[in-house]
Amino acid sequence: MNKFILENLSLTYSDSVQALKGINLEIPANSITVLFGPAGGGKSSLLRTLNRLNDLADVKQVAGRADLLDQDGRTLNLLDKTIDVIALRRRLSMVFARPIVLPLSIRQNLTYGLEVSGVRDRRRLNQAIELSLEQAALWDEVKDRLDDPATMLSGGQQQRLCLARCLALEPEVIILDEPTSGLDPISTNKVEASLQKLKVNYTIILVPHSIQQAARMADQAAFFLQGELIEFATGDTLFINPKQVKTKDYVEGRFG
Amino acid sequence: MTREALDRKLRSLLDNIQDMEELVEHATIDAVDALKRQDLVAAQKIYDADSIINTRRFDLENDCVITIATQQPIMAGDLRLVASILEVSGELERMGDYAKGIAKICLLIGTEPLIKPLIDIPRMMEITLSMLRRAVTAFINHDVEAARSIPDDDYLVDDLYNQVYRELITIMFAKPTTIDQANHLMWAAHNLERMADRVTNICERAIYVVTGEMKEVDKTDDEVNSSYQGDGSN
Repeated sequence: MNKFILENLSLTYSDSVQALKGINLEIPANSITVLFGPAGGGKSSLLRTLNRLNDLADVKQVAGRADLLDQDGRTLNLLDKTIDVIALRRRLSMVFARPIVLPLSIRQNLTYGLEVSGVRDRRRLNQAIELSLEQAALWDEVKDRLDDPATMLSGGQQQRLCLARCLALEPEVIILDEPTSGLDPISTNKVEASLQKLKVNYTIILVPHSIQQAARMADQAAFFLQGELIEFATGDTLFINPKQVKTKDYVEGRFG
Repeated sequence: MTREALDRKLRSLLDNIQDMEELVEHATIDAVDALKRQDLVAAQKIYDADSIINTRRFDLENDCVITIATQQPIMAGDLRLVASILEVSGELERMGDYAKGIAKICLLIGTEPLIKPLIDIPRMMEITLSMLRRAVTAFINHDVEAARSIPDDDYLVDDLYNQVYRELITIMFAKPTTIDQANHLMWAAHNLERMADRVTNICERAIYVVTGEMKEVDKTDDEVNSSYQGDGSN
């Protein structure tokens, strides 16, 4: 089942840089889709178009189609100016390259979003804390100090807290933009392992910080170069037998 | 990296090695049995079924390549294991060819009465397969001690081979009309002897995976005509 359908999606910033050039892409649900390629390829522009973070950027023109599908097959036009962006971002949660924890306790970091959206029930909040921390592979490390400031955590722990904060809101899609670029191998391992488990229930879109991570994580992978989608295939195909010369040269490390 | 994912992959690669070993073992037992009973129908079946082993080998090789490509960084012991799985799968595939070769001999001899009852060849097979089974188990379980001792049994197979060789030479001298079949039987025995040699290669890989040492395991190698290489390879 598809989660996103993009048709001929183009995006131009006000300085006339065309960041996306006629992208056609179907992103399946309940799997990990990796978007990779050299900087300036359009990966982040695409992510930010999906969850409408680009509303804040200086965009001259967006054209084409970008639809989000739900379980019942209902379609939401992501380019529609009138949709409720806050509600959309609850469905598509995002984790960024650098962990941004709120200057609050670990507990409050997790309950903040739920409380803002009106959940007051203590028991439900506590359940959400434990579940989301467990899913993000952080529970064992912080369960005895939930009221400590979140800024006390190590970088790797903070990043997993950001992931947990996403999960506490039970989104449909988790978007991760180089989530482990600043983490040590052990924390990276933990984040990757939890993503592999989470994909059963979530649609995951990942921009990895290295080709190795792209290869490890991809159920399917999309290679972006200068705003174009060069190739989209299953990870096993794309990293072993890519069809396009540009993809092959990039994964073999000939440029980029 | 997701260690769990890599462990799952490695486990599945080793399961495939185990499966290939069983296929080779059954093919060899059936081939020698067909030769003994001169069962041409069974022999033809074994001859055709070798393509299954070849396909398994290609699939396993492809799986190894996918693992190396998608589970980066794959290093040290893990890398040695995957590289050795490639090698061992090749050895097993070759052993499958030896079983196929014995089936072919059975077809070549046809229904012409055997010039001698087959006793030593089935014994060679039993020892060889026992070595093979133990070697693959040692490889899968990272059992260096077993891997070092298994090649010691190679001399049993070599001795039997020499015995078969001398016996067949004697028969040929006495009755030149038997030369054709005697040659075929010698070829069957030689296939088993080569198979046991390849078991040693699997043991070497088992040791390499654990220790990182790549060297030949000492074994007796005194078959009378060690310069003869019926299949053109070692």
